[in-house]
Amino acid sequence: MTTIAEMPAGFADKVLSAQSTFRSVMDAMARPGSVQRVAADVGTPAGMMRGAAAIALTLFDHDTPIWLDAAMSATPDVARWLKFHASAPVVGDSSIASFALIGDAANLPALERFAFGSSEYPDRSTTLILQVDSLTQGPTFELKGPGIDGSALLQAMIKPRDLFQRLSINEVLFPRGIDVVLVHDDHIVAIPRTTRLIASGV
Amino acid sequence: MNAPTYNFAYLDEQTKRMIRRAILKAIAIPGYQVPFASREMPMPYGWGTGGVQVTAAILGPDDVLKVIDQGSDDTTNAISIRKFFGKTAGVATTTSTTDATVIQTRHRIPEASLHAGQVLVYQVPIPEPLRFLEPRETETRRMHALAEYGLMHVKLYEDIARFGHIATAYAYPVKVNARYVMDPSPTPKFDNPKLDNCAALQLFGAGREKRIYAIPPYTTVVSLDFEDHPFTRYRFNAPCALCGADNSYLDEIVTDDKGGRMFVCSDTDFCEQRQAAGHHGTESAAPHKEKAHV
Ligand SMILES: [Zn+2]
Repeated sequence: MTTIAEMPAGFADKVLSAQSTFRSVMDAMARPGSVQRVAADVGTPAGMMRGAAAIALTLFDHDTPIWLDAAMSATPDVARWLKFHASAPVVGDSSIASFALIGDAANLPALERFAFGSSEYPDRSTTLILQVDSLTQGPTFELKGPGIDGSALLQAMIKPRDLFQRLSINEVLFPRGIDVVLVHDDHIVAIPRTTRLIASGV
Repeated sequence: MNAPTYNFAYLDEQTKRMIRRAILKAIAIPGYQVPFASREMPMPYGWGTGGVQVTAAILGPDDVLKVIDQGSDDTTNAISIRKFFGKTAGVATTTSTTDATVIQTRHRIPEASLHAGQVLVYQVPIPEPLRFLEPRETETRRMHALAEYGLMHVKLYEDIARFGHIATAYAYPVKVNARYVMDPSPTPKFDNPKLDNCAALQLFGAGREKRIYAIPPYTTVVSLDFEDHPFTRYRFNAPCALCGADNSYLDEIVTDDKGGRMFVCSDTDFCEQRQAAGHHGTESAAPHKEKAHV
């Protein structure tokens, strides 16, 4: 049983850390494929990377149901930490989640299990926060779409390997869809629903 | 110094989180109006509380803020908002378009081209471009959902039939990323081409109507028009009387009570930078008497 004394810390400075983390996420979302850095000091429960923890404390609260994958819920640490620092409800039904935290992206559930939003309210969708193996090394992904001047090259080790193929569902669904934030350590990359894969290589 | 009694940038953290989540969705769905729970701000609605809330949610201590009202840094509204954020967030302020990291604007887009990393925040009174055609929110929402924009085209075409051209001079509707029809706020249609493929992130906040929407950088924004009546910009056919610019949006200034008038840049920073660089207009070459000593 974790006591509050053993609970990993939240942000060192709640207000300014949330602001700087938000700007990193906003820049990432506005420039898909670009690697942004989360600079804030933040404690992390076991299994959660710094970037994911900072995003959680910046965007989660009692208004945002959170879904945790098997890796994130392997111990109660993540759920307890989220409840303590963000008052965010953890839900078992992924289709009503505002955010889904994916610790073991290789076993990412089918995207249909998350919320795509409605045609009238496409913003009522689940944002996936996906921990990956690298956002600076690995195969290259050439991306295009709003926020990208021509094309953007992302080099990343991402599981599932067919993530971008799966995300092509966004093209059919738009304006409904799924937005993704990839996290590795303190690096983040956003893939909003408007981003398209042009080509990928090794 | 006494500790401030307000939170950083005035808004409480829960409100900032809610606005920040709305901003991220707005960026992900370009041109779509995201509902948000607008808060009371210590200023009247007409002063751009939507834009102020967006600015408050993004602003950090390292930002350099510029605020313009119809192109000018020096109106009461612009000065008040600048002071508000100087006081509540301690941010540096500037009148320079180039030096600013965040620019809050009412009714203009700066003449100087914006660069990557900048954020332009618009104050929006009426975010719904279809509202004058359809008063019911459920209906306009359905029309956006189905991309059913025929009525808007009919309205514009009626203008052509009646006036020989599209009479809409401000808040001229655009289509964002080939999907959503969007109101660019009451900017002159002269500014519409600057919305397209802009290097900066553009955020729009409507306080009374509780909507936030966005245009990500490098996004295609097209002004609605017709093949036989293509979109055209409009400006007074004159150079600026102060800096001689022949490509800037002009305000008409009445200079005396005998019908005297002159045209000057609406963007005061643009005009002053040009004058500082040695450009002159007719009035600067022959200044008014009260300015003769300058
Ligand atoms: Zn001028």
